[in-house]
Amino acid sequence: MKRYSAFAIAREAANYHQGWERAWAKRAPKKRYDAIIIGAGGHGLASAYYLGKNHGITNVAVLEKGWLGGGNTGRNTTIIRSNYLQDPSAAIYEKARSLYETLSQDLNYNVMFSPRGVIMLAQTHHEVRGYQRTAHANALQGVKTEWIGPERVKQLCPIMNIEGPRYPVLGGLWQARGGTARHDAVAWGYARACSDMGMDIIQQCEVTGVTSEGGKVTGVQTSLGDIGCNSLGIVVAGHSSHVAEMAGFRLPIESVALQALVSEPIKPCMDVVVMANTVHGYMSQSDKGEMVIGGGTDGYNNYTQRGSFHHIEETVRALIETFPMISRLKMLRQWGGIVDVTGDRSPILSKTPLEGCYINCGWGTGGFKAIPGSGFGFAELMAKGYSPLTAEFGMERFREGRFIDESVAAGVAH
Amino acid sequence: MLTLKCPYCGVQACETELSPGYEAHLKRFGPGSSDDDFETYLFTRPNVKGVHFERWRHAYGCGKWFLAARCTTTLEVFGTYSAQTPAPPAEIIEAIKSKRPDWSPET
Ligand SMILES: Cc1cc2nc3c(=O)[nH]c(=O)nc-3n(C[C@H](O)[C@H](O)[C@H](O)COP(=O)(O)OP(=O)(O)OC[C@H]3O[C@@H](n4cnc5c(N)ncnc54)[C@H](O)[C@@H]3O)c2cc1C
Ligand SMILES: [Zn+2]
Repeated sequence: MKRYSAFAIAREAANYHQGWERAWAKRAPKKRYDAIIIGAGGHGLASAYYLGKNHGITNVAVLEKGWLGGGNTGRNTTIIRSNYLQDPSAAIYEKARSLYETLSQDLNYNVMFSPRGVIMLAQTHHEVRGYQRTAHANALQGVKTEWIGPERVKQLCPIMNIEGPRYPVLGGLWQARGGTARHDAVAWGYARACSDMGMDIIQQCEVTGVTSEGGKVTGVQTSLGDIGCNSLGIVVAGHSSHVAEMAGFRLPIESVALQALVSEPIKPCMDVVVMANTVHGYMSQSDKGEMVIGGGTDGYNNYTQRGSFHHIEETVRALIETFPMISRLKMLRQWGGIVDVTGDRSPILSKTPLEGCYINCGWGTGGFKAIPGSGFGFAELMAKGYSPLTAEFGMERFREGRFIDESVAAGVAH
Repeated sequence: MLTLKCPYCGVQACETELSPGYEAHLKRFGPGSSDDDFETYLFTRPNVKGVHFERWRHAYGCGKWFLAARCTTTLEVFGTYSAQTPAPPAEIIEAIKSKRPDWSPET
């Protein structure tokens, strides 16, 4: 792989930019791999990357039915934060956030991590207490966050109306090192690094069945033929229940649509990310100037990547109260993704009833921020059978009543 | 926009009038049941990609719960029926089969 650098740009410019090579190789699947990952979203690609980088397992294929990053990884609003309430969540999300800090250098690919700061608004007294509690929990976890009053919120984000008639801003939970990153670049950067280690990233290859012998996984059936493997990682977000069914088990997951939209680009007006969970809306401004807006999920099972119109309406209505200046903005694009929501709103990184088969799912509405940490922990789980980062996220926790209950703290899109 | 006909008051209701209630025909297990049955009842869902039986409430109408058969990959609605039924009625099964010949109630 040729490294990207300022020098490389100068060298290639002298060549009329004819010399750039493909970011990742296009290969046909081999008969067999040590490990197969199903799903080339951020989590699948990061899992493959750390399998190679941290554990030396490079005979790996990542199989993707569509195109790389075309699932939720390429559809999200890219908010990154780690201010969760429960210890296991704080550990894995903060691992992810801290890996994001140097990800561009590690991958030699600019993922445009922008730690511009994230405010989660408190607009009811319950939220005030809830976020103050989270701030204390974060202090104990070593995650740097801070409870701030309404004046400081206004100072950080002057376009906000903090005296809203229905939901005045009473304060906020502020994480100065939270922010955003370029979602496609995260997928592309990991893919390029995986390909460089000799892994095969195979697009337009849909897994249609999982084969096993004596309770142990032996491979997968795909639209490009059968492929064998010693271990299998299922990392398919909204399609987790569907693929788990092929492997013979069920999950505590419902797949629902979550939507986002962006406005026409305008001049810089907001340099932090703002989330308003009570009214179900959040917003940031992209580097291109578009206001990036998201809200809550639809309430019914759905695999169509299309959501209901009234959710967009509710989100925009809520945000206009808090940001009156956006009321005349035109919206450019709107889209949906299918998110995999668990009962306790925490992910599943787990062994499964099928030996050699592991699953990484349930990131629901908030897994973009977790991609590096999830891949780091899941690779360790697949390589060694145990990872301290994922230990609490086993699928057996539901049966055992050991929830990692973030639904109270983060039960909405984030 | 999803519209479902309330089987009680006959109104063709748009989804803003309705509250979704996820999977229908759950078999309930209580104290004394096996761990497996209890876990399945409380948490593990088929989360079907295809024909899905689900609960809805006519929240801003007559207020009653009813059930619907709907396809989660096309959002097509096959029909709605009373919540006082332990299994989908024959005419709903017929309506599904006429549109999805390969479908069988077990899958
Ligand atoms: C509108 C929206 C906004 C969001 N906003 C945020 C946010 O601001 N911050 C945040 O942290 N998170 C956010 N999220 C959540 C985040 O996008 C996801 O949690 C995360 O991207 C999941 O990544 P993934 O790699 O697990 O899944 P995906 O990126 O969906 O990748 C799964 C891949 O598996 C493939 N696949 C499925 N079935 C098969 C099969 N049978 N064979 C082969 N391949 C298969 C799919 O094609 C897909 O590419 C948002 C999500 C949405 C939809
Ligand atoms: Zn009614």
